[in-house]
Amino acid sequence: MINFGFSINKPRTIDIDRNNLRKSNEILREMPELQTCIGCGTCTATCTAGNLTDFNFRKVHTQVRRGEYQGVYEELNKCMLCGKCRMLCPRGINTRGVVMLIKRKLGDF
Amino acid sequence: MKRSSWTEYQKDIADDHYYYARSCIRQNFFPGSEKVFLDILGKDLGRDIFDDPLHTSCTGIGYHSDVVPLETIMTVVARQFALMNEAGYENFTSSCITSFGIYTELLNTWEEFPETEERTRENLYKATGREFAKPKNLAHTSDVIFHHREEIARKAVRKLVNVHTGEPLRVVEHIGCHYAKIFPKKGVGGSEFPYVLAGMVESWGGEVVDYPERRHCCGFGFRNYLVQANRGYSVANSHKKLESMAPYKPDFIVANCPGCSMFLDKWQYTIAEMEGTTYGQNGAGIPVLTYEEMAGLVLGYDPWELGMQMHQVDVEPLLDKLGVEYDPSAKYLGRNGKFLGRPERAIVNSCSQDTLYKIRG
Amino acid sequence: MKHVIVIGGGIAGMQCARELLHEGVAVTILEKEADTGGKLRQWHKLFPTLTPADEVLSEIRNRLKLSPNLTIKTGCEATKVSPKCVTLSTGEQLECDAVVVATGFDLFDARVKEEYGYGIYDNVITSADLEQMFNRGEVRLTGGGKPRRIAILHCVGSRDEKVNQRHCSKVCCVTGVKQAIELKVLFPEADVFNFYMDIRMFGPGYEEMYREAQHRYNVHFVRGRISEVSPTIDGRLQIKAEDTLTGRPLKMGIDMLVLLVGMRAGKINEKLTAECNLKCQESGFMQPRDSFLHNVESNVGGVFYAGAVTAPKNVGESINEATSAAHAVVEWLNRR
Repeated sequence: MINFGFSINKPRTIDIDRNNLRKSNEILREMPELQTCIGCGTCTATCTAGNLTDFNFRKVHTQVRRGEYQGVYEELNKCMLCGKCRMLCPRGINTRGVVMLIKRKLGDF
Repeated sequence: MKRSSWTEYQKDIADDHYYYARSCIRQNFFPGSEKVFLDILGKDLGRDIFDDPLHTSCTGIGYHSDVVPLETIMTVVARQFALMNEAGYENFTSSCITSFGIYTELLNTWEEFPETEERTRENLYKATGREFAKPKNLAHTSDVIFHHREEIARKAVRKLVNVHTGEPLRVVEHIGCHYAKIFPKKGVGGSEFPYVLAGMVESWGGEVVDYPERRHCCGFGFRNYLVQANRGYSVANSHKKLESMAPYKPDFIVANCPGCSMFLDKWQYTIAEMEGTTYGQNGAGIPVLTYEEMAGLVLGYDPWELGMQMHQVDVEPLLDKLGVEYDPSAKYLGRNGKFLGRPERAIVNSCSQDTLYKIRG
Repeated sequence: MKHVIVIGGGIAGMQCARELLHEGVAVTILEKEADTGGKLRQWHKLFPTLTPADEVLSEIRNRLKLSPNLTIKTGCEATKVSPKCVTLSTGEQLECDAVVVATGFDLFDARVKEEYGYGIYDNVITSADLEQMFNRGEVRLTGGGKPRRIAILHCVGSRDEKVNQRHCSKVCCVTGVKQAIELKVLFPEADVFNFYMDIRMFGPGYEEMYREAQHRYNVHFVRGRISEVSPTIDGRLQIKAEDTLTGRPLKMGIDMLVLLVGMRAGKINEKLTAECNLKCQESGFMQPRDSFLHNVESNVGGVFYAGAVTAPKNVGESINEATSAAHAVVEWLNRR
């Protein structure tokens, strides 16, 4: 192997065909209300963790729904379970429940 | 492949009397292609084409790398047009896609903002004492070959068919981004389903492969490959295309852009040496041709006269499929018969290392 | 007896004619197709109640009872319109006391968005094609087989400068939701993805239907517009989009792509504008005299509008507007 002084960039595309959607489907089956998210970002706007770290709940659960699980468990550890997001969600999603469910389903992925 | 729309995107391509503008890259990497273009036009098709030693680089690479300012490139382009006028020609044909994009873009800029044309006229006059008229017809040289494709088919000595199986060769066509992505109506077939190369392949008996990343850029991108630290992103684009086309088992790739032909060929070497991955069916690389080389093979030119020894990936497996007779030992002889030297062994190459090359001069 | 010509025999034209007859006005309907009913003839079910389109159309036809004062001319195209006279493509001139233009809209031709491969790749269909497949009871892939993954793309020929259609066609979002549910009912095992820029649920029951599609039918909604469609080696389609809510490009193989084609201004509008002194909007749809108090009147006295000739509208809106137009016509005739 020759070292040319650079490496080949890996694609950052979410490839739905390569991702295993089994966990994601399980999560949606147990909490179908998560699918009703309209991406308004109120959860992230009010999030205790999101204001002080780069934690973005809206983005994290969307990634999970696309089958991107890498690093999600660690991310969700930033959540303090304060419940403010659930109070504000316009779709009435049990967001704290979502945090717990994803952590339980994915474990330390 | 069904293409419903290519006939709706038709452009005027002059039939004769061309002023020829060469490409900087191709003169170094595919010098045979430009030579053979002139031969095909002049000798095979009996057309009048003028290869002017006075014209310069269009400075497009410098322009796209933020080295050459817009006013400068406009003046350089104006000078090329002035040279064309002085030589008595009205039809401009450019061998390079970057240049073709530049000429198209600047002619449109002058149209939209006439004051820029006025300033260019002043600049050219001050710098060189020259005046210019815009070309009546602007075409890329692949347009010109496309225009004459049926006549070439009539004069052909072979088709793009595998002589062992009788099956049409499977061809991946790759169109340079600046051919039609910026001005879709200036390219044959538009930008989503360009027909300029596909039309040649179909007329000459081959089969075009449509694959998921067909429209993706090769990754040339000027400043992106010029800076070594950015090359990982540049090569990743060719990587993505090669991964996507490999399952279709193409016999060769044909491109109409100097950068694309070079990258799709040479990045195969890079990828193989970095990761060990090759994309050809024989465990080596996929040969990458220019459209002039493709036309030249169809018309019966000698592959070494076409300059195919300059390729990174060996073309011999393709020549064998086409039934082209060639002298393996004459591969590395230059036009004057002088030995060019032989490249070191590489993973993408398939030819025997035992070949004894003719070393003369 | 006063005589009014209604151009267009779709739901708006028929409803308007019915109201005019009721008011004792003689009516001639000019329909360019062989039969009345307009675009609704091709439709399967209507949002958000999933009422069969045929049910609504039959009712509109029943209301328009045969009357000696009603003439329906089919296969008959108007080329010139003035308050007193309509000229047909045959050159024939019909005299009248007022005209109602109810010529509706044209469906956007999906082939213009070449990157989606409509007419080139198998299993790329439009929302209108899908309705007809529903009507025939034949929703399947080219060469048979059930789709396992379906993508529905919003805004094809709407909100798109590149095809000179800047306006929102309004009804496609909810059509996309409706068709997603219908496809899920037909193929419960399939994954359905809607790719949207904004979801615009403007009518009663629409937002509820959207929520139901997400919650009950597990329809996936990805905020991002598909940039290109390509064939894959196993005969499927590959689509690329950005998943804007994660900020990353996304690609996937699908079996079927449904393009939600927008409503564009009817071809006839160009003629009405160029030759008949009628004004149109930037979108090409006809310009009502004003948008609040005179939205069924044109800028020319005696020429009225009903339905989607002035803007994209749903079925209910078109029918209501046709009734309003009839009332405005009668008021105008009485004043003379």
